Amino acid sequence: MYRWITITLLTVALISVSIWGYQTNKQKNDLYVQAENEYQRSFHELTYNMDVLNDQIGTSLAMNSPDKLSPQFVDIWRISSNAHANTGHLPMGLLPIHKTEQFLSELGDFTYQTAVRDLDNDPLTEEETAQLEEFYQQSGEIRDELREAQHHSLSDGSKWMDVEQALLNTNDEKDNDMVNSFQAVEETFDTTTEETPENSTTSTETEEHSYKNIAGHDLSEEEAMKEAEKLFGKEDGTDWTVTKSGDGALTPMYSVSYDENGERGYADLTVQGGHPLNLLVSREIGGKQLSLNEGFEIAKDYLSELGFDEMELFQSSEYDQVGIYSFVYEDDGVRVFSDAVEVKVALDNGDITGLTANNYFKNHTERDIPEPAISEEEARDAVNQGVKIQENHLAIIDDNQGEEILTYEFLGTRDDATYRIFINAETGEEEKIEKMTDAEINYNSVI
Amino acid sequence: MKRHRKPMIFSFTLFIFLSAFIFAKPEQTSAFSDQVIQQGAVGDDVIELQARLKHIGFYNGKIDGVFGWGTYWALRNFQYEFGMEIDGLAGQAAKDKLTQATEFDKEKVKQEMYGTGSAPSGGNNGGEESTPTSSVNVPQGYSNNDIQLMANAVYGEARGEPYEGQVAVAAVILNRVNSELFPDTVSGVIFEPRAFTAVADGQIWLEPNDQAREAVLDAINGWDPSGNALYYFNPDTATSGWIWTRPQIKTIGKHIFCS
Repeated sequence: MYRWITITLLTVALISVSIWGYQTNKQKNDLYVQAENEYQRSFHELTYNMDVLNDQIGTSLAMNSPDKLSPQFVDIWRISSNAHANTGHLPMGLLPIHKTEQFLSELGDFTYQTAVRDLDNDPLTEEETAQLEEFYQQSGEIRDELREAQHHSLSDGSKWMDVEQALLNTNDEKDNDMVNSFQAVEETFDTTTEETPENSTTSTETEEHSYKNIAGHDLSEEEAMKEAEKLFGKEDGTDWTVTKSGDGALTPMYSVSYDENGERGYADLTVQGGHPLNLLVSREIGGKQLSLNEGFEIAKDYLSELGFDEMELFQSSEYDQVGIYSFVYEDDGVRVFSDAVEVKVALDNGDITGLTANNYFKNHTERDIPEPAISEEEARDAVNQGVKIQENHLAIIDDNQGEEILTYEFLGTRDDATYRIFINAETGEEEKIEKMTDAEINYNSVI
Repeated sequence: MKRHRKPMIFSFTLFIFLSAFIFAKPEQTSAFSDQVIQQGAVGDDVIELQARLKHIGFYNGKIDGVFGWGTYWALRNFQYEFGMEIDGLAGQAAKDKLTQATEFDKEKVKQEMYGTGSAPSGGNNGGEESTPTSSVNVPQGYSNNDIQLMANAVYGEARGEPYEGQVAVAAVILNRVNSELFPDTVSGVIFEPRAFTAVADGQIWLEPNDQAREAVLDAINGWDPSGNALYYFNPDTATSGWIWTRPQIKTIGKHIFCS
């Protein structure tokens, strides 16, 4: 009797477990297929994009009339941006396909800049045509490699999910056909880019230069600690941790930090001269006792103590009992936006809890600022008539090429929106227009 | 019942006190504290400033308790019309002038701000008493949801790291957005497959704490303790050999940052 009950119960249990197991497994497989399909779509779209890109660039080389060329460039720009988005959807975090992405990005910049230009008056230069030919050749190579990868994927049924696995196992990285094809793209690209020196019109975005404004002798670790004591306003006896940066740093620096009574301080100082690039203090911040304006006075005094002179407040904001202040350097009444310094003040007791002067030490130099070639009145005329100008300054900003230019800065309103408009002080062209972000609805407070 | 008695006595005394106050000084309507109000400030003083500027017709935006651009221009125009120094700061002189020239009914304004119910409480503890404003400051070009998403990523990736390590992780996300080698949006960078382990294993959906949010705000406002890094990894758990070939910038906590 008991035996039969046991047998029945066990049978029922076995059947339910099997059903449950089957369903779970099916669900898992469904999700697997779904994820795989997402990858497959991005991948096939990418290869298709490269096909079209290669054709379109080839076509543009054979074109002569500007009325055709501009729309053609617009099209290439659009496709390259699509392709760039597709590369972002592939599981490439572990396998860098940076060369492909860089190619797409450079191609996009190039075609955008030429498409918006008036090609009638300002046709392609010889260098630009050469650049276009190079793009054509590179796109052909990438297309071929991608086609090969696509072929493997279709004929062998290899899966992107397996690529992920292969990439996670560093040892058998070479075993996967798809990984190999992508690495081949990177390698062909390495050789092609080495042969041709980089064209200056395309590499505008990663304009990195060394620090212009650091001087002095190289500090030892002890000296760095002394500097840190001054910076944080600490007595002797604070337990500092000092580490030196590695080879990848743009300039050698010491990172100093301390932990004291639930407060942590951290700062980056340049080895040469001990200039403070970053400073952060993290602690619990109590109830607000100071106004944003009182915090500003503290921030200003702190900056002049550290020897930052001629700094003018440009923006201030209050976030959860903390005031954040942006200062720009003012050179004879001209605001220099690239020499910015930010200061953070805790509004409970007025302590400085942050400073970043990275841009200041990177960009600040003695500048020879020319007189503006056009008058303020002429610059005002260049601003949209619908914008009511409320405030104006002279300012130095970086243009698209990363060059510093002198501009008239106008702050104006149109209906409820505020705009910051920069008019080139030499040519009178609109250089840059920003719509200022206004406060956002506090969704937490809506009842 | 006993529990309710004290507040009742308290509010009754308060009522008597207030009515005495009102009868004694009928003109007195200002509640401005003595701070100089400047752009970017939030709180009750800003609500009063906006309400008064609105009453006199200089401000036509929403009364939200955040001193934004609209309030700034309204105040400057007010200063211009009344022949004061035009600096966009609400100092004592400006506040006095405003108090003279305008009326302010705190309760009415608050009711308009929050609808018919009472103002929501909480948020600020200690210090000056204040109610949460109906708007919040956001950095130029970012929405609060962007900040929240980044805070999720930072918390998932770097909770337990020193504070500067969290700021550095947020800075790496922003450096990637600006780099041509990566997607151009915050969400594109965060959700790039296999880019962040916290996204892959779902830890990004943990509820981030305030520190993660503060770290994100600092990174957006310009702090970059990573030294312009595009990558970071934990040497104990790194799964890719390739990452070791990158030039290393520095180590913060458990993470090595590289370019």
